[in-house]
Amino acid sequence: MTDELATLPASAPLIDVRHLSKSFGESMVLRDISFSVYKGDVLTIIGPSGGGKSTLLRCVTHLETVSGGTILIGGDAMVRDGVYAEKKALRRICLRMGLVFQNFNLFPHFSVLRNITEAQIHVLRRTSAEARATAMGLLEKMGLAQKANAYPCELSGGQQQRVSIARALALDPDILFFDEPTSALDPELTGEILRVIRALAAVHMTMVIVTHEMAFARDVSDRTLFIDGGLIIEDAPSRQLFDAPLQNRTKAFLSRMTNE
Amino acid sequence: MDWLATFLHAPWLPQLLEGTGVTLQLFCWTLVLSIPLSIPIALGRMSKFWPLRQLVNVYLLVIRGTPLMLQLIFVFFAPYYLSVYLVKLGLLSTPLQTPDRFTAAVFAFVINYAAYFSEIFRGGIESIPKGQYEAGQVLGFTRPQVFFRIVLPQVVKRVIPASANEVITLVKDTALAQVLGVLEVFTLAKKSASSNVSVMPLIAAGIIYFILNWVVSWAFIRIEKKLDYYR
Ligand SMILES: Nc1ncnc2c1ncn2[C@@H]1O[C@H](COP(=O)(O)OP(=O)(O)OP(=O)(O)O)[C@@H](O)[C@H]1O
Ligand SMILES: [Mg+2]
Repeated sequence: MTDELATLPASAPLIDVRHLSKSFGESMVLRDISFSVYKGDVLTIIGPSGGGKSTLLRCVTHLETVSGGTILIGGDAMVRDGVYAEKKALRRICLRMGLVFQNFNLFPHFSVLRNITEAQIHVLRRTSAEARATAMGLLEKMGLAQKANAYPCELSGGQQQRVSIARALALDPDILFFDEPTSALDPELTGEILRVIRALAAVHMTMVIVTHEMAFARDVSDRTLFIDGGLIIEDAPSRQLFDAPLQNRTKAFLSRMTNE
Repeated sequence: MDWLATFLHAPWLPQLLEGTGVTLQLFCWTLVLSIPLSIPIALGRMSKFWPLRQLVNVYLLVIRGTPLMLQLIFVFFAPYYLSVYLVKLGLLSTPLQTPDRFTAAVFAFVINYAAYFSEIFRGGIESIPKGQYEAGQVLGFTRPQVFFRIVLPQVVKRVIPASANEVITLVKDTALAQVLGVLEVFTLAKKSASSNVSVMPLIAAGIIYFILNWVVSWAFIRIEKKLDYYR
């Protein structure tokens, strides 16, 4: 995968979304969405509830089928003008992306270790020794090495979320997506997850993060998208978007968020 | 302990134990065949392809809407009578033989129990959160991998209590095989009771069923405990 990246011109975005639209039946949830993310960049997506943030993330990670538009991942078309790549290419493209869910979605019947090794072994065909070493290395970094043999139900929410981040990272994705990774956590536990994400940003992991943590978004991300009503209202460098938003809807949303 | 000695030396006891063997065979074959069969049936019932879904629906309605005893008799006699009809129509040269009694009984039990097990499995499969499938998909597992590695093991844990009831019912339902003259424990107990003019064989059969179900319950408690390591 790194080889593919090396052949990519330095100027080409790692994620390139053009004119993406998505409807559920009659209701148009995303319209004419275009944005790009460059290698090593962090993009945050903010906006009011029901605006379409999750749906956008789910479209790009292929959990939803788009209604139209183009998604290029590392220059390869996952979908072009509404037409999806053939199955094998699609699978290869999807393997370059990892997703961390709001409610973790760990596999409850597997130990922490097996949650992280299972896909390495059965998807990437790594040996179990390799998979184990990778998993233990990640758990070490997450400060959870001593929980390797525990089951998800024995962990706190923050610990479960760290395991789910490790599970995604174990497959060496080029891009990691987060859908409100701290929203299901008690307030005192959000810090540990935000620290992990900051650490990943520091080593230039390409990330797209949907979040309601405004201060965090301003701090950690290079760019921010503000989405409302299925439209990108504003797309700007994070400092600029948070400190001097251009659009009235962005201003209104930000003042509502900071007054809460 | 005189009565116990009389009981253990009763002339009909060896026969009854032999019948218990037949009952156990009927029971084991039914379980071993109907449980694996019930999973594709459950998936068919949930299929997006409506003709398949409707076909499974009709099967479930018929099986659950008619007596098991009738199904046993039907499976035994139907091949002959239906083939006679086909011969008349010139579609077949000679009528089919009636099947072996034991085989017919197993067949009917499997068809019947697969229906009930499939509904239990369907409930179990539908109870697994969508997020489990999505997490599996995002990690690159193929659809069969998601089903067999992630979903099914969790389903098994959830269907254990409902399955226990079904299996206990099966132990008792094997007695229905008497309508086909299968020499299982109940058939033999009834025969011995009338030839010896005694209720003792029937009491003995009752004790045997009771013990079998005691073992079944114990086994299920063990399985439940074993799967207790998570949530
Ligand atoms: N599977 C679906 N079927 C129909 N409508 C859907 C579906 N998923 C989402 N929607 C609708 O799409 C719109 C956008 O939803 P989405 O979950 O993307 O919003 P969001 O920005 O993530 O909101 P939140 O901040 O509450 O998570 C909502 O109006 C929602 O009702
Ligand atoms: Mg959302």
